[in-house]
Amino acid sequence: MGKERSVDLDTKVIEMKNIVKKFGDFVANDHINLTVHKGEIHAILGENGAGKSTLMNVLYGLYRPTSGEIYVNGKLENIDSPSKAIQCGIGMVHQHFMLVQPFTVTENIVLGMEPVKGITLDMAKARQDVVEISERYGMAVDPDARIEDISVGMQQRVEILKVLYRGAQTLILDEPTASLTPQEITELIHIMNRLTSDGKSIILITHKLKEIKAAADYCTIIRLGKYIDTVNVSDVTEQELASMMVGRNVTFTVEKEEKEPGEVVLEVKDLHGRDYRKVEILKGLSLSVRRGEILGIAGIDGNGQTELVEIITGLRKAESGSVTVNGENIFNAKPRKIFEKGVSSIPADRQKHGLVLDFTVAENMVLQNYRSPEFQHHGFLKKDAIRKYTEGAIKKYDIRPADSAERPAGTLSGGNQQKVIIAREVNNDKDLLIAVNPTRGLDVGAIEYVHRYIVEQRNKGKAVLLVSFELDEIMSLSDRIDVIYDGRIVGSMEGKEADENTLGLMMAGGTHHE
Amino acid sequence: MDSIINSLGTLIYATLIYTPPLLFAAMGSCFSENSGVVNIGIEGMMTIGAFTGAAVAYLTGNAWVGFFCAGLSGAFFGLLHAFATVSLNADQTIAGTAINFLAPGVALLVSKALFNSSDTPSLLDAKLPMLFNGVFDGTTVWSRFFKNIFNTYITSFLMFAVVILVWFVFYKTRFGLRLRAVGEHPRACDTLGINVQRTRYIAVILSGFLSGLGGACVTMAIMNQFRPISIVGQGFIAIAAVIFGKFRPQGALVACLLFGFCTGLKVVMGSNNVVSAQLISMIPYVVTVIVLILFVGRSRTPSANGKPYVKSR
Amino acid sequence: MSKNKSIFQSHVFLTLIAIVVAFLVGALFLGIMGYNPITVYTTLISGIFSRPRYLAYSVVYATPLIFVGLSVAFSFKTGVFNIGAEGQFVVGSMAACIVGIFVDAPPIIHVPLCFLAAAVAGAVWGSIVSFMKIKWGINEVLSMIMFNWIAFYLSNYLVENPAIHSDGTAEATKNVADSARILLPESLRAVLAPTSNYGILIAIVFVVIVYIIIEKTTLGYEMKAVGYNKNAAEYAGIGVNKAILTAMAISGALAGMGGAVQLLGMGQRISLFAGQEGFGFEGISVALIGASNPIGVFFSGMFYGALKYGGSKLNLIQAPSEIVDVITGTIVFFIAISHVFKVVRRKKKEVS
Repeated sequence: MGKERSVDLDTKVIEMKNIVKKFGDFVANDHINLTVHKGEIHAILGENGAGKSTLMNVLYGLYRPTSGEIYVNGKLENIDSPSKAIQCGIGMVHQHFMLVQPFTVTENIVLGMEPVKGITLDMAKARQDVVEISERYGMAVDPDARIEDISVGMQQRVEILKVLYRGAQTLILDEPTASLTPQEITELIHIMNRLTSDGKSIILITHKLKEIKAAADYCTIIRLGKYIDTVNVSDVTEQELASMMVGRNVTFTVEKEEKEPGEVVLEVKDLHGRDYRKVEILKGLSLSVRRGEILGIAGIDGNGQTELVEIITGLRKAESGSVTVNGENIFNAKPRKIFEKGVSSIPADRQKHGLVLDFTVAENMVLQNYRSPEFQHHGFLKKDAIRKYTEGAIKKYDIRPADSAERPAGTLSGGNQQKVIIAREVNNDKDLLIAVNPTRGLDVGAIEYVHRYIVEQRNKGKAVLLVSFELDEIMSLSDRIDVIYDGRIVGSMEGKEADENTLGLMMAGGTHHE
Repeated sequence: MDSIINSLGTLIYATLIYTPPLLFAAMGSCFSENSGVVNIGIEGMMTIGAFTGAAVAYLTGNAWVGFFCAGLSGAFFGLLHAFATVSLNADQTIAGTAINFLAPGVALLVSKALFNSSDTPSLLDAKLPMLFNGVFDGTTVWSRFFKNIFNTYITSFLMFAVVILVWFVFYKTRFGLRLRAVGEHPRACDTLGINVQRTRYIAVILSGFLSGLGGACVTMAIMNQFRPISIVGQGFIAIAAVIFGKFRPQGALVACLLFGFCTGLKVVMGSNNVVSAQLISMIPYVVTVIVLILFVGRSRTPSANGKPYVKSR
Repeated sequence: MSKNKSIFQSHVFLTLIAIVVAFLVGALFLGIMGYNPITVYTTLISGIFSRPRYLAYSVVYATPLIFVGLSVAFSFKTGVFNIGAEGQFVVGSMAACIVGIFVDAPPIIHVPLCFLAAAVAGAVWGSIVSFMKIKWGINEVLSMIMFNWIAFYLSNYLVENPAIHSDGTAEATKNVADSARILLPESLRAVLAPTSNYGILIAIVFVVIVYIIIEKTTLGYEMKAVGYNKNAAEYAGIGVNKAILTAMAISGALAGMGGAVQLLGMGQRISLFAGQEGFGFEGISVALIGASNPIGVFFSGMFYGALKYGGSKLNLIQAPSEIVDVITGTIVFFIAISHVFKVVRRKKKEVS
C-alpha cells in the first residue's frame, strides 16, 4: 500500500474557512479550516465527538454552518443541500450506510439521478452505467443483488459507486473501515489509491492512526470542535498524531493489579447458532471465563460476536452446544433466568437495549430486578426504596445531573446514560459481567471511567467477558484474549503477551495453525 | 346448469360492483403507506369524497365533474394530514383519527346546510355511466350471463386501469422509485438530494384523492345518493387490504377482489334462507383472518412507515 | 415529583387551548354554513347544563365512553393501538346480554356476573388478536378491523336468534332482567334521568384501578417498559409477549365492560345494527384527549359524553349536530400537533 501519488498542490479543490457550527449553545465546530488539493487523501483525525462528522455534514450540505465560507475549486459556494454538494462534485459515504435495503445495487446507485426514457425509468441503461463505472474503478459488484443480501464490504462499494456515479471529484469517507475486515481495509486503500490517481480527492474521517499512516497524505486534527493543526503524514509518528488528537501524551494501558484467576464461571462448549437471516454464524464455538479474569473477545464485527452474546444472555436461541454458569445449565434459557443465575451485561447499543429512555433513571435502575422483594411487595412497586437505591447509585457512580433520579433517562448525556447502565449492572453484582463495546461513542474521560469499573469487577473476583471491536481496548483490559473468526475461537493468548500483528492476522482469518 | 351460469354471472357482477370503492381507497393507502406515512384517515377521506361526489353531481348534473370533485375533497383532507404529519411531525395515527372525525362531520354539516338533510337528493341522470348498457340482450343463457356481468358502472372497469396505472407509477417511474425509497430510508434519500417532504406530501395528497374517488364509487354507482351510512368501514377494509397485499398495489388488488367477491357471495347467498344472512355477511372477515393465518403471515412493512422524518440542520 | 406535575399541568393547559380552538373552528364552520354560532353554542351548552336532568344524561352518555377510553389508553401504554375496542365492546355487551336474560339471580350476584361475562368476552376478543400477532405475525391493526366486523355480525346473528329475540316487533333482543340492571332507585331517577345508573361509580372504581395498575404495580411497570422500548424490556428479562397479551386482555376486558355498562344502564337490550356504533372510535378520541392518563380519560370521557348528549339537542333548532364531530376532530387534530407548541413553550422558557 505504498503512496506513490502526485498531489497537485496548486489546485485547491476544497477550502473550508473559519467554519463555525453551533447546536444551541454547544459549539460543535469552532473556526475550523480545511484545504484539500487535487489527487490527495486528506485525513481528518479526532476523537469521537470532536466534530469531524459535523464538519463533513456541513461540507455535504446536511448542516448549515453558523458562519464560515466554503470554496470549491476556488469559487465561493453556498452549499445548502446535498443536491448542491453533488452539483459541486462532492460526494459522501456515510458511516452508517445510506442504502435502501430491499432495493437492488443498481437501484441504490442511481437513486436520485435515475436515467429516464420518456416517463419511464431506463433501468437497462442504469444497469449498464453501473457495470461500466464499477469496471472502470475496479470495484466489482453484482448490479442485480439486493442490498440486504450482500456483505458489509460490498455495501461499502455500492456507497462509493453511488458517489462516483454522481460524478464526484471529492469523496468524503466517514469512518469507512469501522466494520471491515483487514483484507477489506487493504482493498479499500487500493480503491482509494486508484481514485486519487484518477485525479479525485478523498477526505478520510477516522480515529485510526494506522490507517492514516497507511493511506493519507495530509492530516487535519480536530479536538473538542477546535482546529489543532494540519500535518504532512510522513513527517509525524503515530504517537505524535495520537497526542495531538487527545491533547496529552496517551498511554494505551490500564493500571491493573496481578491476579490469579479462580474457578470457571462461564463455560461455553461447541456452540452452534444462526443469525437473523438463519445463516449459520456460530460454528462450534467454545470458551470459558474464570473468576477474577477479564476475557477479551477480539474480532471484526460480524464474525458471531453479537449472536454469541445474544445466546448467552437469552435473547437468541442456539442450535446446539452447551452454556453453563457456575456449573448450572443456562442453554437457551429465558433472559430472566439467566440473569438470576448470575449473568449481567452491558449491551452494545445502550439506547436500544440498555435503557428505556422514557423511563426515569430510577425506573431504569431496577429494570431487571424490580421484582425483588427489595423493590416490590405483592406486585406493588416500592417507589421510595427504588428512589433511595437510585440516589445512592447516582452518588457512587457520579451520574450527572445529581438530581436525575426522577428525570427521564433520555434527557441525560450519552456518557451519563452509559454510567446509569454501568451502575445498574455493577450494582447487580453478578458473577459474570458481559460488556459489549462498552465505550463506543464515549469521550476519553468516560472511557477511562468505564474501564475502571470493568477492572474493579475483575478485582472483586467476578468474571468479565469483554467483547469489543476496538483492539486497543481488548489489549489494554484483558487478562486473556480469544480471537473470534467465522463463528469459532481461532486463537487464544495471554493479555500480556498479545501483540497487534498476531491478533490482527488471526482476526482476519490468517493461518495460526502451527 | 343454466342456474349455475346465472349465479356465477351474478357473483361476478357483485364482485365487480363491490370492489371499486375498496380498490380506489386501497390504491390511495398504498401511496401513503409506501411513502412512510400511516393514513388511517382513509375512512374519513372516503366519506367526504362520497358526499362531495354525490352533491356536486347533483348540483352540476355532470357525473364526471362530481367524481373529480370527490377526489379533490379527499385530496384536501390528504393535504391536512400531510401538513400535520410531514410538516409538523404529528403522530400519524392520532392525526388520522382526527381526520376520521373531521371529514364525516364536515360532510354531514355541509349536506345539512345545502340540502337541509343528511342525505343528498337522489342522482337521477348524474350517476356514473354504465359502459355496456344494452350491448347484451339477455335472450340466451350466455347473453344473460354477460349481461349480468357487464351490467355494472364504469368504475368496475376503471378500477383495473387505476391499479395498472398505480403499479406502473410504483415500479416503472422515477417518482415511484423515489416514493418507495422515501418510505424505506428517508435519510438516505435526503443525502441524495431527494426531497423527502415533498415526496410524502404528494403521496398523502394522492392517497386522499384516490380515497375520495373510492367514496364516490359508493354514492355515484352502488347507491345513488349520499347517506350517513354510505361509508361504514370501507376505508378500514381498504387499509386492511393493503396490509394483506403486503403494501403492493397488485397485492392489494387481490385482497380487494377477495373482499368484493365475499361481499358478492353474501349478496348471492343471502337470498336463500338456509344460512343466516348475518353469518354469511361475516364471511369476508373470517376468510381474511384464515387466509392471513394460512398463507400470508408476517408482512414486511416499509421500514420508515409511521416514523416522522426529522431533518437536523 | 414536581417535574411530573408541571408536565401534566402543561398538558392540561394545551388540551384546554385545543378545546377553545376547536370551538372557534366549529364557529367558523357554522358561520360559513349560515348558522349563528352563538345560538348553536348556547343551545349546546344550555342543553348540557341548564337542568340537572341534562347533566345526568350527559353522565349516562359518558359512562361507556370512559370504559372504552380506559381500554384504549391502557393499550397505548404497551405500545399497542387498540383499534379493536369497538369489537370488544360489542362482544362485551353480547355476553352481558346473554347472562342478563338467561340467568336468574339476585341483583347483588346478577350484576357482577354480567360484568364478569362482558369482561371475559372482551378479554378473549382482545387477546386473540395479540395471540395471532405473536404466533403467526399477523398485523394486529388488520386483524382488529376484521374482528370488529365479526363481532358486529355475531351480534346481529344473536339478535336474530329466536331464543333471545324480542317477543315484540322490535328488531332487538329481549330486555335484560331487572335484576341485572344498574339503574339508580326510582326516586333518584325521577330527579335525574330515567336511565341514570350506578355505571359512573363503577367507572370511577375502574379509573382508580387502572391508575394503580399503571403507576404502582410491577405489572404496569412491565407494560410501560414494553411500550416504550420493547428491545430493552426483552433484554432486561421482561416477557414481552406475555406483557402484550396481558395488556390486550385487560384492555379488551375494559372495553367489554363498557358494553355491559351501556346495556345494563341505558340500552337494556341489543338492537340490530345497521352500522358500527362507533364506541371504539370514540374511545380512541377519549383516550387521546385524556392523554392516555386514567384520570385524564375520566374527564375527557365526561367532556365527550356531554358533547354527545348536548349535540343531540341541536336538531331541535334545526342546527347540525355533526358540529360535535368537527369539534372533536379539531381537538384531536390539535393534540396530534401539540408537541409543536410544547417545543415553542420550552424554547421561550429557556430564553427567559
